[in-house]
Amino acid sequence: MNGTVRLPPGTLTSRAARALICCILAAVLVWATTAPAPAQAGSAAAQGAITGTSRIEVAPDSTADHTTFEELQGPFDSGPAVTAACLECHVNAADQLHRTTHWTWAFDNALTGQTDLGKRNVVNNFCVATATNWPRCTSCHIGYGWKDDGFDLTQDTAVDCLVCHDTTGTYKKFPTGAGHPAYEDTTWQGKPWPAVDLARVAQAVGRTSRETCGACHFYGGGGDGVKHGDLDSSMADPDFSLDVHMDRDGLDFRCSTCHTTGSHQVTGSRYTTTAVDRIGIDVPGHTDDTRATCESCHGMAAHDDHPKLNEHTDRVACTTCHVPAFARGGPKTKMWWDWSTAGQFNDAGKPYVVKGEDGYPLYVSKKGTFEWAADVTPEYRWFNGIVRYTQRGETIDPSGVVPINAIEGSAADPDARIWPFKIMRGRQPYDSGHNVLALPHLFGKDEAAFWKSFDWDKALRGGMQAETVSFSGSYGFVETEYAWPILHMVAPKEDAVGCNECHTVGGRLAGLTDFYMPGRDTFPWLTAVGWGAAGLTLLGVLGHGLARLIAAARKRRTAA
Amino acid sequence: MTKERVMVFSRFERFWHWFQAVLIVALMITGFEVNGAYEWLGYEAAAQWHRWTAWVLIWLWVFAIFWHLITGEWKQYVPTPRGMIDVIRYYTVGIFDPGVSHPYKKTRLAKHNPVQRVAYSTFNILITPIIWITGLLYMFYNDWGALGLDGLITLSGVALVHTAAAFAMLVFFIGHVYMAGFTAKPFYGYLKAMLTGYEELEPHPDNSAGRPDRPNARPAP
Repeated sequence: MNGTVRLPPGTLTSRAARALICCILAAVLVWATTAPAPAQAGSAAAQGAITGTSRIEVAPDSTADHTTFEELQGPFDSGPAVTAACLECHVNAADQLHRTTHWTWAFDNALTGQTDLGKRNVVNNFCVATATNWPRCTSCHIGYGWKDDGFDLTQDTAVDCLVCHDTTGTYKKFPTGAGHPAYEDTTWQGKPWPAVDLARVAQAVGRTSRETCGACHFYGGGGDGVKHGDLDSSMADPDFSLDVHMDRDGLDFRCSTCHTTGSHQVTGSRYTTTAVDRIGIDVPGHTDDTRATCESCHGMAAHDDHPKLNEHTDRVACTTCHVPAFARGGPKTKMWWDWSTAGQFNDAGKPYVVKGEDGYPLYVSKKGTFEWAADVTPEYRWFNGIVRYTQRGETIDPSGVVPINAIEGSAADPDARIWPFKIMRGRQPYDSGHNVLALPHLFGKDEAAFWKSFDWDKALRGGMQAETVSFSGSYGFVETEYAWPILHMVAPKEDAVGCNECHTVGGRLAGLTDFYMPGRDTFPWLTAVGWGAAGLTLLGVLGHGLARLIAAARKRRTAA
Repeated sequence: MTKERVMVFSRFERFWHWFQAVLIVALMITGFEVNGAYEWLGYEAAAQWHRWTAWVLIWLWVFAIFWHLITGEWKQYVPTPRGMIDVIRYYTVGIFDPGVSHPYKKTRLAKHNPVQRVAYSTFNILITPIIWITGLLYMFYNDWGALGLDGLITLSGVALVHTAAAFAMLVFFIGHVYMAGFTAKPFYGYLKAMLTGYEELEPHPDNSAGRPDRPNARPAP
């Protein structure tokens, strides 16, 4: 059916026919129950559309039924073959995707002037860097076949449509497949990993979901909840207490409800976070067309019954109070990763793993020492949206803690607000000859790969061979920290951080000392002088009164 | 010499005084908690009650200022050096001798002795206005930009002055409670006057100069 996607009703499959009958029945039912008050029914439906709480049966999202398309009948031998079929109709899709950070893994920050950011470039303190470890890392790329530096980013059919648009839950990229799913039955870490039914997945494409976004974003850093802290598998099916917006029984938001998309560009960026959105509530035509800030829906004065809270929104980010803790859904998040202990063998001369009572690894020969935590209180910092990364080849000061990303802002900066962060800390290799963060070659079957040979010298030489600053031959380990803004897992308002948790000595904001905060800050000299004066006054009047009593008693005695 | 019973404090004055006393005590309790002296209500409740009571006190003061201006009673607070030394000498020396009486002969139109006048004037035109102004600045912190105050003042500066004035208030409070509550003869005499409104005064033409709430009603010649 080249060129057309419209089909005469007679060609509907039995499944679509059943759906149509159901819709008609539902429509009749809705009409029958609401006919006396059609206006009311209309407003209820409209409200449902806004809040997502409606359980009214509505027509399918899509105007097309992909199960009926000849192009998608398969069989498909690979992901790119499915993409080719998608592109038959969605002719501009690949071009749109090619322009996204999801595809390029590269980002230039106009605010800082820093270029060559993005996943393919930045250094982190998890698995450190994607370079030379491509097939493992690119299992989270929205493409197929990013095996090495030579990946051609202009290929149309290398775009992976299914990883975002799957609705079956059966499409999973194989962890070491450079972005491909398993096309034949295989195993991963001893467990079966079945081949994907590409035709079935292709015919069931739909809108993105918490599950599809979460397939990568819940598992960043190599496992459930490892990286972000406020994103993990519990957010696929959260209840109200975990996230008031994504609550499966309530608003049931998907990620894209806030991370709006246009031309496949997903809004909301960790590289250029909107630290304060003074545009406020979005009105079409007058705004930035993104709902990726709280203010996009709630504005800057959302607390109708508590004006004092509205007087905080200029200096305190919404999530500072409304995300009282992260990793609240069950899975723990990684808080510490010490690469310096990696490479130890057990008595049998083999790499080994030590797990804690809860099953979380505490030591892995391949990776070093870990610490995990759940229900973590964030750390708070001033943040104006400007993030400066310590980039590859950039000189570091190994005597201190190296910031992987420096969060900018201060109390004196009117564009900065107090934000919550997960601070990921760890120790990672650096080139002690050149004083740059080192890039280890971890993954691969070659001898240089650390996970094969456990030899740092080889791994760093291999990892940095293509770098502008190559490996000097000497290395050490440096402590680093990486600040992750906390925005998800928005708690019910009853659980929000209360006034007393910050306006007190030693509270949540004890670390932010560059401003005066009532309830926390005092002037010790004034306190001493003030209470001293009050105490002396009290002593004075007591002494005066006592002297009068004594004098009176004496007088009475002499009189007597 | 027979004394005469004179209404010194009108009904409004007594209401104003005691309501103000309660509010100031509440403000000190909540305010010093906000200042970190102790933990009782918690910051949120303490700050909330501090704001509410402050607004009530401001409202009360609006009435009190109006009353003082209309009745002319504000003149009672005008400081004077006349007799000051005698009063100071009385409180530092004479008071210890039950036989010595207060050197100041109060009248209906001059009910405050020179020390009281200085103390109450300090309270009225120094401590209280400073607390008011800094307190209002504190409350309207978010509007400093609109008021053109950004850059001129800082929150820590406002807090410093507000707290310093609060300590001055505390010192006044302690001194006042003692002086007014315990130094009459009998010791509760002034307190009783502030409760009943009446005091036994030595006869003086001014004493019949109308009741303080109707000061213009001059006595018949």
